[in-house]
Amino acid sequence: MSNDTIKYTPSDTSYEGKQDFTITVYAEDRVGLLNRISIIFSKRKINIDSLNTSPSEIAGIHRFTILINESYEVVRKLARQIEKQVEVLKVYFNTDSEVIWQELALYKVSTEEITEKVTVERLLRQYGATAVVIRKDYTVFSVTGHKEETDALVKALEPYELIEFVRSARVAIIKDSAGFHEKLKEFEADEPGEERVENEFLDKGEKIFTM
Amino acid sequence: METLQDTATKKATTSSPTFKGSGSQMLLNALIEEGVSTIFGYPGGAIMPIYDALYDYADQLEHILVRHEQGGIHAAQGYARTSGKVGVAFATSGPGATNLVTGLADAQIDSTPLVCITGQVFAHLLGTDAFQETDVINITTPVTKWNYQITDAKEIPEVLAKAFYIARSGRPGPVLIDITKNAQLQIEEFEAYTKCNHIRSYRPKPKVRVALIEEAAKLINSAQKPFVLFGQGVILGNAEKEFKAFIEKTGIPAAWTIMGEGAIPTDHPLNVGMLGMHGNYGPNVLTNEADVIIAIGMRFDDRVTGRLDKYAKQAKIVHLDIDPAEIDKNVKAEVGVWGDCKETLPILTNFVKESKHEAWVALFRDYNQQEIDQVITPELYPTGEEMTMGEVLRTLNELTGGDAVIVTDVGQHQMVACRYAKFNKTRSNVTSGGLGTMGFGLPAAIGAKYGAPERTVVAIIGDGGFQMTPQELGTIMQFGAAVKILILNNQFLGMVRQWQQLFHDKRYSFVNITSPDFVALAKSYYIEASKVDQRAELKKALETMINHKGSYLLEVMVGKENNVFPMVPQGCSVSEIRLK
Repeated sequence: MSNDTIKYTPSDTSYEGKQDFTITVYAEDRVGLLNRISIIFSKRKINIDSLNTSPSEIAGIHRFTILINESYEVVRKLARQIEKQVEVLKVYFNTDSEVIWQELALYKVSTEEITEKVTVERLLRQYGATAVVIRKDYTVFSVTGHKEETDALVKALEPYELIEFVRSARVAIIKDSAGFHEKLKEFEADEPGEERVENEFLDKGEKIFTM
Repeated sequence: METLQDTATKKATTSSPTFKGSGSQMLLNALIEEGVSTIFGYPGGAIMPIYDALYDYADQLEHILVRHEQGGIHAAQGYARTSGKVGVAFATSGPGATNLVTGLADAQIDSTPLVCITGQVFAHLLGTDAFQETDVINITTPVTKWNYQITDAKEIPEVLAKAFYIARSGRPGPVLIDITKNAQLQIEEFEAYTKCNHIRSYRPKPKVRVALIEEAAKLINSAQKPFVLFGQGVILGNAEKEFKAFIEKTGIPAAWTIMGEGAIPTDHPLNVGMLGMHGNYGPNVLTNEADVIIAIGMRFDDRVTGRLDKYAKQAKIVHLDIDPAEIDKNVKAEVGVWGDCKETLPILTNFVKESKHEAWVALFRDYNQQEIDQVITPELYPTGEEMTMGEVLRTLNELTGGDAVIVTDVGQHQMVACRYAKFNKTRSNVTSGGLGTMGFGLPAAIGAKYGAPERTVVAIIGDGGFQMTPQELGTIMQFGAAVKILILNNQFLGMVRQWQQLFHDKRYSFVNITSPDFVALAKSYYIEASKVDQRAELKKALETMINHKGSYLLEVMVGKENNVFPMVPQGCSVSEIRLK
């Protein structure tokens, strides 16, 4: 590795094996682009753990957040293939320590069951859950957090007839990102920038408080 | 329809600032603005308004009616490859569009610039399983650089401008535009056509970083055994001159992938031959002895590298490519130089010192001598009764002098043609490299002839591949493309048979293919034809074919069980290449 501003050199060996990577894609909002992106994974028989599409900080630009469990090498190649698509502006990929992320989970349980056997209050407190709806026949809780946290409540509710469970895709904020506004200006210029940064937020170290 | 007919008669001049007319007319205006002169296509229900408009454009746009949409797109590919322009193909919805898929995949993997226009059912019928409706956009997404469905005529100018820009810029590739019938019919007032030269989300070529090139030069300057591998990137980037200047200054031996063949002349002293599975002995063996490998516009395909974990492990790799996704994809580069080689090569040439690697180049010659003795001489000057494909190529070289465009199909004849055909000029070797599409040869040759009308175009095709797209003889008959068709008939699906012989205990499973009377077939299309099975008649027959005015088919009977050697067996390292 000759130039460390150009190539990211994994600093620790944990990059060698598979781990969770959050891939953030800034793209034009166009019909069919999701398919173009998703086939890049399916072509290689790689499963997407979660995928979220949402608006970004810039009007008209879409942000895909894709979670996969793969090795650094595989993710790097995937990122380049995605970035190559005509309507994709930029792709970032980050390890868990480089992003702040959340997932939202909803749980539906029988109100009768749960009031008989556990106290709702205890659940709410212990798992940071919120009761979204309380009806005679069922109650819906929501928990926002990491997978381990939302999974823990699934386990806790298992004895009490969990009627329905759903978890949203991961949404993530890149700790070191200063937003996409500056980058976009560069893209809107006719001439490409000279900088060739493979993944500008990967090698910056943690500048902010880590949760 | 009244308004459509009214406006159809008032043909637009493309220079007028605004233009009132149908979406179909606007589409054709856009093609003319983009410099298109030839279209390969086939009409049908959902593209009828475009064909109706085309009726009035006959003096500006030449439309070649092919006999199958696959033939149309292969012809557009052949056209793009010899002319360097964007090839254009038309097809209708449904089966017309799905017949394009093989050609799109071929163009995608071989980076051929195409714009394909497909008709589509009316927008209000989308998703209703209407007659001849298929989801063309989703079917073609993995095999196009970009695709788009137009449902409103207003989109036509902008989308077409983007389509041509995307197809030809950066790493070229196929673009498909699907246009619903209502948009083709819709009457609109269009603004003056403007070409596209920037899309904010699209970076056709990375900006050159001089620091990286300096680093590459440092490696090259320190190398004792440097070796250049070049691919089609040199041709696509129109960088043949820059490339030649680079190797001549550094004195580095250079070997080609089959897509890069012809970027420098065959007999250039630093051209050491072909890489890969059926490539030359020296380039393969010495890949594993070079200390610095400079890969230019090539992508380390598995047919080039053989077994990857035993590929050039000792070498430091410098990789020049316009597509950042190619660098570090298969082979890790010590220095990756992103950029257009037309721009990067002159800078690199400037930084490298003049040098001669005589002993190293001599080593290639030594290996070549072994290959000549053991493989090439027996193939080109056979002593047995049966004719070999190699001697046909040798005789052809003698007659063309290396000035012809050689189009090949896929299989043994393709490898033999790539190995032995002589090329003096770039854009002369048209072959299906990445996809290996049997049936490519005949239609691609038609397009190649339209792309280079002043040149002799010889289509070398096997007896198997010819039978995949023989219908395009009809296109030749009708439009008179002066293509020389050379069928090398070994009465087998030869490449598969060779593998079955070598790796499957000669269990010849369904490779014994019979053929029609090719001469009679050609004659039924009013194409002159003949057949030879005697060596004594070969030269004369080839001469007749080359000198014949117009198209000609020559069938040559060659040995049934000849094999193509050298060969790097699958799963083996390039240095384990076999001479027999």
